Amino acid sequence: MTGQTRASFSRPQLTLSRRPVGDPIFKWITLLMALSVFVLIILVGYELAYGSRLALRKFGLHFLTSSDWDPVNEQFGALPFIFGTLVSSAIALVIAVPLSVGTAVYLTEIAPPGIRQVLTLFIELLAAVPSVILGLWGIFVMVPWCREHLFPALRGSLGFLPLFKGPIYGVSMLAGGIIISIMILPIITSVSREILRSVPGLQREAAFALGATRWEVTRIAVLSYARKGLFGAVVLGLGRALGETMAVTMVIGNRPEIAASLFAPGYTLASVVANEFTEATTDIYLHSLFELGLVLLGVTVLVNALAQLLLKTFAGPGVKQS
Amino acid sequence: MLPKSLAILGILIAQHVASGQMLINGAGATFPYPIYSKWFDEYAKVDPSVRFNYQSIGSGGGQKQILAQTVDFGASDGPMSDENLAKASGQLLHLPTVAGAVVVTYNIPDAPKLKIDGPVLADIFLGKITKWNDPRLRALNAGVRLPDNDLIVVHRSDGSGTSYIFTDYLSVVSKEWETRAGRNTSVKWPAGLGAKGNEGVAGQVKQLPGTIGYVELAYAHQNKLAVADIKNASGNFITPSLDSVTEALATAQIPEDFRFSMVNAPGEKAYPIAGATWLLVYAQQKESAKGQKLVEFLNWSMNKGESMAASLDYAPLPAAVQARVLERIKTIKY
Repeated sequence: MTGQTRASFSRPQLTLSRRPVGDPIFKWITLLMALSVFVLIILVGYELAYGSRLALRKFGLHFLTSSDWDPVNEQFGALPFIFGTLVSSAIALVIAVPLSVGTAVYLTEIAPPGIRQVLTLFIELLAAVPSVILGLWGIFVMVPWCREHLFPALRGSLGFLPLFKGPIYGVSMLAGGIIISIMILPIITSVSREILRSVPGLQREAAFALGATRWEVTRIAVLSYARKGLFGAVVLGLGRALGETMAVTMVIGNRPEIAASLFAPGYTLASVVANEFTEATTDIYLHSLFELGLVLLGVTVLVNALAQLLLKTFAGPGVKQS
Repeated sequence: MLPKSLAILGILIAQHVASGQMLINGAGATFPYPIYSKWFDEYAKVDPSVRFNYQSIGSGGGQKQILAQTVDFGASDGPMSDENLAKASGQLLHLPTVAGAVVVTYNIPDAPKLKIDGPVLADIFLGKITKWNDPRLRALNAGVRLPDNDLIVVHRSDGSGTSYIFTDYLSVVSKEWETRAGRNTSVKWPAGLGAKGNEGVAGQVKQLPGTIGYVELAYAHQNKLAVADIKNASGNFITPSLDSVTEALATAQIPEDFRFSMVNAPGEKAYPIAGATWLLVYAQQKESAKGQKLVEFLNWSMNKGESMAASLDYAPLPAAVQARVLERIKTIKY
């Protein structure tokens, strides 16, 4: 009873104070939430730097340029892992971006509703496959197939390029890139699809009215309009690609070396941390693994910043037009 | 439905608390995890008042946690270094439990039985022997048709006790290996491809013709892999088996503190690539009740637990070593 009376009394006060109190509270709460992401990244960076202080002190910048990874003699360098991370992610993007955007265009512009639903379901299923399962599939199905069919064919047709020279083991930088591309395909596709769906129908109608073919409509009215968003989808995919661990380590060959050939084995930052962390017993070894984590964070931030910069310079006029 | 299940849960928790079941925490090596969990299961029937919780987070983690005293016992596939041992806040005992072997597996046509000696094995993993029909391999395997294939080395990419035992052996039989790569849970591999876990190495070897790699004996047994005979210190070629590992344990030099390496043991029938795994326990237990339960379990593991090892493909300690470990357990104070 008392509660009710209090409520009825305070109600008019609430309406009076709603504007001055409610909105700022709402603003501060959301600001706090937004800040938490920022704080989280700073904290992660700090923890990684603190955890790697011995290695930072001992190796300095040399850590980034050295190719030596020798736990016995305690010499550590990150260069082959940085190389492996960047190259495998680049391969993944080269394969996944056209496929994903193509799929998204088909789903939004062309596919009849029935097919659209089924395909969307399958793409979401692909996103749900755990990475260790993909890795096992990679070892037992994809890698043998690459070794027997795909790689010899590539060497036969493109063997004049240094990228496709040398002995074929199956496990390789290229196999790593392919498995990552499969893993980032769903995220790029679904984000692209959402972005293409948000393109106003008027855009398309206007283009059709001008007598454009379906391809021209898609190219001029849809893709061009959405390219900033599509670029964002690609960056999201790239972020995942840089950090992929389990499936990659199962097919990439895990050799810390810098080779021109994509058939040669490689190694990534995330994989080496996952592989060696549990059994690292000496301090400097552990600190070096921590520093690899820090480098991975740095690479991710840097690549994302570069992508933003690229987006500004290349998508700028398109956005103004719209 | 929900209140009912909550009530049941409450009763269960109450019973649990009332029974005063003690929880003993341990963490460390992954290699002995199957035998340890079997021991803990069996021991629960012997003494229901105590429950063991073992996290197989790796030897490095096991050493760290016991040093930080966040667990009641640690476990490691390699003995701790002097440097790490010095960080312990009290005397830390190494208690060997079981041993395992590392076997060499390969993929060549018809899978003939191969014989390999230490120096040749080291040169293969150093990347100096690159063809299957190398004269030195042919000399060891008279009458075996060796193909003209490239020899591709496969090693573990993850840090592991298996790699420690294997590189420990190569360091003993080859000076060049010791200086160029050395012994550790992971090393700077001079050649080859890295694969994750026993299953990764075995999978890679199964699929890629011309490969040679190493896996745990138990894993090779269970998966019926082609396995090489290795020449031991007495000059005999030994097929890896639990008996030949126990023989190696019986003839290996085991110092007072039990931090020993048993590779290249001198016994006639000793398999040379083998290693023990250890529990790490403080000589002075902090909590007396818990210490007592832990010691009771350790005694049981030596007296009863050892006989369960073979069924899980681990080599039990020879009786003489068991007796020495039991003596050591007696010195634990609580």
